Amino acid sequence: MDSIGLGYLAAGIGAALAVIGGGLGIGRLAAAAMEASGRQPEVAGEVRTSMIIAAALIEGVTFFALAICIILATK
Amino acid sequence: MMDETLVQGSLDTLRAGALQVEGHGEENLFVELLHHVQDSHELEIPFLGHIELPQFTPFEIAGLTIDMSITKHVFFLWFAALLLCLLAIVAARKNRKHPVPTGFGNLVEVLVVFIRDQVVVPNMGSGGIRYMPYLLTTFFFILVMNLLGLVPFGASATGNVSTTAGLAIIAFIMIQVAPIRTQGLGHYLAHLTGGVHWTLWPIMVPIEILGLFTKPFALCIRLFANMTAGHIVIVSLIGLIFVFKSYIVAIAPVGFVLGISLLELFVAVLQAYIFTILTAMFMGLGMQTEGHGEHVESGH
Repeated sequence: MDSIGLGYLAAGIGAALAVIGGGLGIGRLAAAAMEASGRQPEVAGEVRTSMIIAAALIEGVTFFALAICIILATK
Repeated sequence: MMDETLVQGSLDTLRAGALQVEGHGEENLFVELLHHVQDSHELEIPFLGHIELPQFTPFEIAGLTIDMSITKHVFFLWFAALLLCLLAIVAARKNRKHPVPTGFGNLVEVLVVFIRDQVVVPNMGSGGIRYMPYLLTTFFFILVMNLLGLVPFGASATGNVSTTAGLAIIAFIMIQVAPIRTQGLGHYLAHLTGGVHWTLWPIMVPIEILGLFTKPFALCIRLFANMTAGHIVIVSLIGLIFVFKSYIVAIAPVGFVLGISLLELFVAVLQAYIFTILTAMFMGLGMQTEGHGEHVESGH
């Protein structure tokens, strides 16, 4: 396998790992937010707002990783 | 600039992959499809074909080559700005005439009140009201640009990293200006030390200065990546039909594309909201006069 092939392989594995990480992060975040608003329905609105913000931050990091994968795949 | 070549490169790779799958013959269809995601020098007119947009020869300033040609994304950026001006004027006129807003004026008022009560006041306090014009412009401008990408024959200017970088630069300036205006330059500079002992300043100050730049950079990449990713997913699904060359296979991708398009509709609104609320939050971080002692940690 030549180095270009290894680059594609790395990009694919990297993208998969980034998605696993982002999915786990947002999943845990959503689970905690659901639980919080289930326990205290009166603050559900605030919980939802902070959940969306935190989800956006996690997503941003995931996109950074995916951008690196795109660089690898196009080298 | 780098990211633009990056995306261009990735699309070229996709296209090369498509050519390999297709072999020879009707590969032009898939190549044609990928054109819809990219920036280009021509504009599609429904049922009439293409219009060539004017191109200017690139000139050089201080070693940088600057191409001021009007591309598809520039056109839709301007179109979004014009459309937004028109809609805002219509809504404002309507609401001025009738004390109780109805119809379109009502819709705009709901969004404006939502930004004020859910985004600006909780994050910036009542002092944030003076920054409402900037935040509302950001929200509606991004929203209109995102939604134009979902209109047939349209393109979303936010799917171009230059557009989001411009928005992020403006956000960066506002994030610095807001604390300086409320607390003064001295307080702002003191904030950069993170409130630690002076022996730690050589470590803390560079980190804080780096933090100033990562926030708008993250805003820029997030918006761009979200919009481009959605478009590429839709193009890939539609491309499946042309790869398999079968009407029966078309049933599944069309269903998927319908679902993804609805998701895109949600993402278009969500990303405009996220960009606005994060800008408001970063601006508000430096604006609180009380509780400066404990440094509020923001996610980077």
